[in-house]
Amino acid sequence: MDLRLENVTLVYPDGDATLTAVDDVSLTVPSGTTTALLGPSGSGKSSLLAVAGGLTPPTSGTVSFGESPPVFTTTTPRDAATTMRLERIGFVFQQPQLIPSLTALEQLELLAHLRGRRSSSVRDRALEMLDAVGLGPWAHKRPGTLSGGQRQRVAIARAFVGEPHVLLVDEPTSALDHERGVEIIALVTSLARRFDAATLLVSHDESTLGAVDATAHLLDGRLVARPTAA
Amino acid sequence: MFVALRDLRFARGRFLLMSTVIVLITYLVVFLASLTRGLGEDSTSAITSLPADHLAFTVAADAPPSGPGGGPTFTGSQVEQQQWEAWGKVDGVSSAQPLGIAQVRATSTTTTAAVTAFGIEPASGLLPEGSGDVDVADGSALLSSGAADALGASAGDTLSIGTLTVTVSSVLDVTAAYAHTPVMWTSLADWQELGAHLAPGSDPTTVATVVALTTSGADDAALAAADDDIGTVTQTARASLSAISSYASEHGSLLLMVVFLVGIAALVVGAFFTVWTISRSGDVAVMKALGASTRYLLRDALGQALVILVIGVGIGTLLAWLTTVLLQSVVPVAIGVSTTLVPALVLVVVGLLGAALAIAQITRVDPHAALAAR
Repeated sequence: MDLRLENVTLVYPDGDATLTAVDDVSLTVPSGTTTALLGPSGSGKSSLLAVAGGLTPPTSGTVSFGESPPVFTTTTPRDAATTMRLERIGFVFQQPQLIPSLTALEQLELLAHLRGRRSSSVRDRALEMLDAVGLGPWAHKRPGTLSGGQRQRVAIARAFVGEPHVLLVDEPTSALDHERGVEIIALVTSLARRFDAATLLVSHDESTLGAVDATAHLLDGRLVARPTAA
Repeated sequence: MFVALRDLRFARGRFLLMSTVIVLITYLVVFLASLTRGLGEDSTSAITSLPADHLAFTVAADAPPSGPGGGPTFTGSQVEQQQWEAWGKVDGVSSAQPLGIAQVRATSTTTTAAVTAFGIEPASGLLPEGSGDVDVADGSALLSSGAADALGASAGDTLSIGTLTVTVSSVLDVTAAYAHTPVMWTSLADWQELGAHLAPGSDPTTVATVVALTTSGADDAALAAADDDIGTVTQTARASLSAISSYASEHGSLLLMVVFLVGIAALVVGAFFTVWTISRSGDVAVMKALGASTRYLLRDALGQALVILVIGVGIGTLLAWLTTVLLQSVVPVAIGVSTTLVPALVLVVVGLLGAALAIAQITRVDPHAALAAR
């Protein structure tokens, strides 16, 4: 299912004035592919990601999955956006953002619990996902005992365990060295293909993006270059 | 409570500290509640066990208001013969019996102790339930078990009370105390001879302290009208407890302490969960971004508070109960549902309210914050 952003604009209040963080952006990320969104700090990348994930309603424009009616508009209720994120969207944040009290396995089981299912019902799949990111032996470790790269891999496994239609990734390599950054991007891209997820990945480091399917550039909230094959 | 229970295990030091505080507060509340009730019974059991539903007092016209709200007091009440007899003729009053109350020092062959003498008419029916077939008679006294213990006296012994000498006719297996002194019963005539009921300059026609009434069909309006006619102030037996001056002030002070402690418990729990919620607001933002509803997060956090409260309050109640059981022979404590389970339940509910106010911050956490680095 494609991710479709149509004429998305996001304006924040800025003192007595306003700040246009995203300015009339239209973008489609095909299902099973990864599109990297590049741009300098303050260009609106994370704001666009927030709109795509329903964390912030757009000032105008819509977000759709496939050919279905828009899932996020200017009037989408917060509860509906929350449910949409739970059922159809996976997130990987700039920092791993793992819950300190949960083991790696429990980080993945949490999603099932949030969906109202028994956490044990997804245990096999969660272990499979941890194996897929190379962390099977660390399934019962808490975040505090894992390295930065391992934590980010757990976060990626957590994002995929719910079989999302759309994956939104916010600068996942910012805290990693180049080599590990390349590995993480390659991992995200391969899993997106395997699970047929439309993946929008924000980054400011083009050198790690060898594995992505397309790139787009954002500057001052505007899309300055249409997605091009990487 | 998927995350809540794991948080409890993960941050066990912090939660242990909080639980310990709750244990200590609960211990104080439950012990104080037991002490309040125990002291209350030690002041009032002889009145609460009276087989009468109302008591008629007199209040001197020039007497300063000494009871709560300016009501009557046992120490200030002096009933005359004609008032007693008038109450016996009021419609709806099936029994009106004079009752004299005086705190005296009694001396047995072995010791001297403070006791309260209840003067009653023979066959008045004012002896407490469980007294059997015994009755008062001139020249003899009935002792409650507490009075017998205090005086080291038993049936057949002689007691001196001022100029009066009485023989103990029987020791009743009942608990009866008034203003922290055990009760003995004498005939009304002997009680009048004690002279203790007569304050300096008081009316020599005084026959008793109050009139104990058993009503059957007399409503409040009828009793009030009779009060106006007879010159008395009638209260229910329960309301009459506040006419025991020491009880009113003591009970009020202790209850105030209990109420303050319950308030402190709510504040402490609320303060802890305020800090705890702020410290985990990042996790809350992440869970919201992942799709956790605010309702789920509130339920999870409240469940966590409930676990801590139930454990802390449970242990505190158990410890206080053990203490009261161990001390009940030397300290006037009363053990019962109202002094253990009720305060425990109140603490859990009040603690949950305090936690709920703190946890409500979850509703204001913005999931957008999950995108910010931390």
